[in-house]
Amino acid sequence: MLKFNLNKTVTNSTFELDVSFELEKGDFLSIYGASGAGKTTVLRLIAGLDNMQSGFISKQDSIWFDSLKKINLKPQLRKVGFVFQNNSLFPNMTVIENLEYALQKNQSNAIIHDLLKQIEIEDLVNRRINTLSGGQQQKVALARALVQKPELLLLDEPLSAIDNASRLSLQNLLLKIHHQYNLITILVSHNVPEIFKLSTKLLILKAGRIEKFGTPKEIFTTDTSSNEITLIGTVLDLTLLNGECSLLIQSNNGIVRQIVSETDFNNYSIGELVEVSISDYQSAVKKIVDFC
Amino acid sequence: MIDWSPILLSIQLAFITVIILLLISIPLAFWLSNKKSKFKSVIEAIISLPLVLPPTVLGFYLLLTFSPNSSVGSFFSNYLGINLAFSFTGLVIGSVIYSLPFMLQPILTGFNGLPKSLSEASYLLGKSKLTTLLKVLLPNSKQSILTGSVLAFAHTIGEFGVVLMIGGNIPNQTKVISIAIYDEVESLNYTNAHLYSGILLAITFVILLLVYLRKNTNSNVM
Repeated sequence: MLKFNLNKTVTNSTFELDVSFELEKGDFLSIYGASGAGKTTVLRLIAGLDNMQSGFISKQDSIWFDSLKKINLKPQLRKVGFVFQNNSLFPNMTVIENLEYALQKNQSNAIIHDLLKQIEIEDLVNRRINTLSGGQQQKVALARALVQKPELLLLDEPLSAIDNASRLSLQNLLLKIHHQYNLITILVSHNVPEIFKLSTKLLILKAGRIEKFGTPKEIFTTDTSSNEITLIGTVLDLTLLNGECSLLIQSNNGIVRQIVSETDFNNYSIGELVEVSISDYQSAVKKIVDFC
Repeated sequence: MIDWSPILLSIQLAFITVIILLLISIPLAFWLSNKKSKFKSVIEAIISLPLVLPPTVLGFYLLLTFSPNSSVGSFFSNYLGINLAFSFTGLVIGSVIYSLPFMLQPILTGFNGLPKSLSEASYLLGKSKLTTLLKVLLPNSKQSILTGSVLAFAHTIGEFGVVLMIGGNIPNQTKVISIAIYDEVESLNYTNAHLYSGILLAITFVILLLVYLRKNTNSNVM
């Protein structure tokens, strides 16, 4: 079990982070919130890349940080897998050299062959980093982060700069890897469909404080429903034609047109996040609570 | 026929200076790029002094420091048997101090220009600061290190004021090419002055040409 109590005050700023939560083996936590809410800071504090004034971080019996006991384990000793938003692969090395660099002393390179296969990058091994696409780079970064067999994987918006098709395939990959290597994963994401697809838990961060903590369904939707299919999407267009009002909604599964009443029609605007519920013979749309 | 020893002495001095500067500047730049304190600003200001100070001022202070009457000069003289003033060793030390910012600044700019996530990713993979420096930062800062080396080399070859103050004009010991040119002009021996100046011009041009050729080749590859 991982326990966190993170407390950081930034000098010359009013920002103060104060966050406590616990995670169990197999948990996939997403952190969601507006820019500047402290999402990346949470990941950096856990990894030991930033220092905090007080609090503690413990993993089972080992303490990574304890301000009272003056314990602060170096990032090198925390054995955390970390995938940055971009720019973390070593440009002077090929793909295989990047992975080999991550091997620990006396560690067999069997893990590399396994990861190359699992992450489907076997044909990239001799490529230089600057010849890879954004999606390929993030696959290699994920593989490299897993070489040292971490139990905790931290992902700082790794899919934000990637086209939609690659993004969907990388989401599936993340889910597969998470289960296969029995990880605790923490993902910073701005993408609600992505959060729904991947996470078992969701933490909403607002100005350095926890606004909500629970499952994505509990937090984003206003009530629980027994509908069979739920699509999360964004309103692309509002159409009023021959007295019929409809919304054009884009979700991961494609684009759908949803008929709505005139009163509802006036409540929606382009770019809003919505949930479309489809049951046996009918469908309905409702707003998602957006915390950003 | 001109005396080739000032040319060889200048090249020897520049090579030794560049090697010593590489050994000093790489760890110093790494330390400075990771530090965030007021002390860092003081260090940077001291190191950059030779950029703005007239060489004669620096040479004057160095001459006083190297004098057997000073504690530094007497230490070298009594314990190591080396006279710093008017010697090749003194020239090397003076050149290292004088050319330090020309080596340090490009390397520091190179390190600061690399994304912070490169070194952080290396630390998170369990690698020490030394391994990160040698295997990640240095290979990705090759161009900056080359620029620093060339600037320091060319700057040392061309230095005059500091050399004159602390080295004087002793053949085979401190009479470098810039001093030889001055000497020939003073003696109204313009033919030799032309030859020395031409050689110095050619050496400097070829070095800079090689650097720019390499730089442009690299940017075309990228």
